Amino acid sequence: MSTPGASTGAADQAGASTGAADQWPLWEVFVRAGRGLSHVHVGSLHAPDAELAVRNARDLYTRRGEGVSIWVVPADAVTTSDPDAKGAFFESPAGKNYRHAVYYTKSEGVKHL
Amino acid sequence: MTAPAELRRASEPAEPTADELAGQAAFDELIAADSRIEPRDWMPEAYRKTLIRQISQHAHSEIIGMQPESNWISRAPSLKRKAILMAKVQDEAGHGLYLYSAAQTLGIGREEMMRQLIEGRARYSSIFNYPTPTWADMGAIGWLVDGAAICNQVPLCRASYGPYGRAMVRICKEESFHQRQGFEILLELMQGTEAQRRMAQDAVNRWYWPSLMMFGPPDDESPNSAQSMAWNIKRFSNDELRQRFVGMLVPQAEVLGVTLPDPELAWNEERQAYDMSEIDWTEFHEVLAGRGPANAERLRRRREAHEAGAWVREAAAEYARKQADRAAELAGAVA
Repeated sequence: MSTPGASTGAADQAGASTGAADQWPLWEVFVRAGRGLSHVHVGSLHAPDAELAVRNARDLYTRRGEGVSIWVVPADAVTTSDPDAKGAFFESPAGKNYRHAVYYTKSEGVKHL
Repeated sequence: MTAPAELRRASEPAEPTADELAGQAAFDELIAADSRIEPRDWMPEAYRKTLIRQISQHAHSEIIGMQPESNWISRAPSLKRKAILMAKVQDEAGHGLYLYSAAQTLGIGREEMMRQLIEGRARYSSIFNYPTPTWADMGAIGWLVDGAAICNQVPLCRASYGPYGRAMVRICKEESFHQRQGFEILLELMQGTEAQRRMAQDAVNRWYWPSLMMFGPPDDESPNSAQSMAWNIKRFSNDELRQRFVGMLVPQAEVLGVTLPDPELAWNEERQAYDMSEIDWTEFHEVLAGRGPANAERLRRRREAHEAGAWVREAAAEYARKQADRAAELAGAVA
């Protein structure tokens, strides 16, 4: 997943299957809190199929009007970056602070810049 | 002198590998910075085990915790109270599921945790082994039991294990309704007839001590606490949290007009805290050992619900399989 830090749970265990045959598959749940906002990962749940996953997600994650739209994604469909390689993998922006507006100080005091 | 590697006995602990040493160093650094550990990070086996035990016990407590209150759904004194109680019990189910999900990120399956519970191999909070004979118990559970739970859980929102902390944030948000509705039940009873006031006081008398025991044994008898605190899972000691809770209860009890059943409860000016009587820990250990008033009943009921629900789970799985087959057939026909 692109944002493992935002996850409450089990997307991070994608691949680390628990191996129980009698268990319903795991789904990751994303909720849109209101119009104009993105769907955000809120957690995970078990359900036999996508339709019931959406219904269960409504009961589990929107009991107090927390959402206007829900996505469910099979947990094993999520691909994550390797946490052990995070140093090298996210190295590119390091030392490139010229990508930020605050790097340019000579325009200080000039309006609308 | 070091023995050659091939002569080392199998029982000797293996030297940590370079990967383990690097993992431990990264882990120690994150803990020292009070940062969060995430599921795919390297973590010490003991940390993982401690968390699995704590989070699954916590999840089981939520699930078993539905029972003492569901007992009163069909007997609630009004439609409003019935609706509130159903919402609360539904919340407990939700809290259990958030926590099972968090535990699963540590590599244990939900089915396995449920098996441990119904086979009596897992623990849950001993508070749920007390019976709920009167309506006032719904008030006392909300005010005292959920109150103690909140006191315990708010610091857990900052637990070093990310998924656990995030689950606790959701739970705490919902939990405060539970405490307030309990307080309101007691307040209404205390403003009622003499019999209603007696009923409220009786429930407070029965739940007060068990709720104080929810914080666990005293600090000098709580061997795992120090390690949990070093790992930033636990933020305050059992006795600190218990003391804080009593400090919150005293003014609330005054508003309610109930008496807290501790004759030695008194403000200590020097300590700036309340002094209280010794807790009867033999009772706590009895209940923990499964000899509480309702241990057997709670487990029997959970097992029964699990078994009686098996056909629903199987039917849903079978329906999903059939739908998937049909979709595949249709796709084949089109192609």
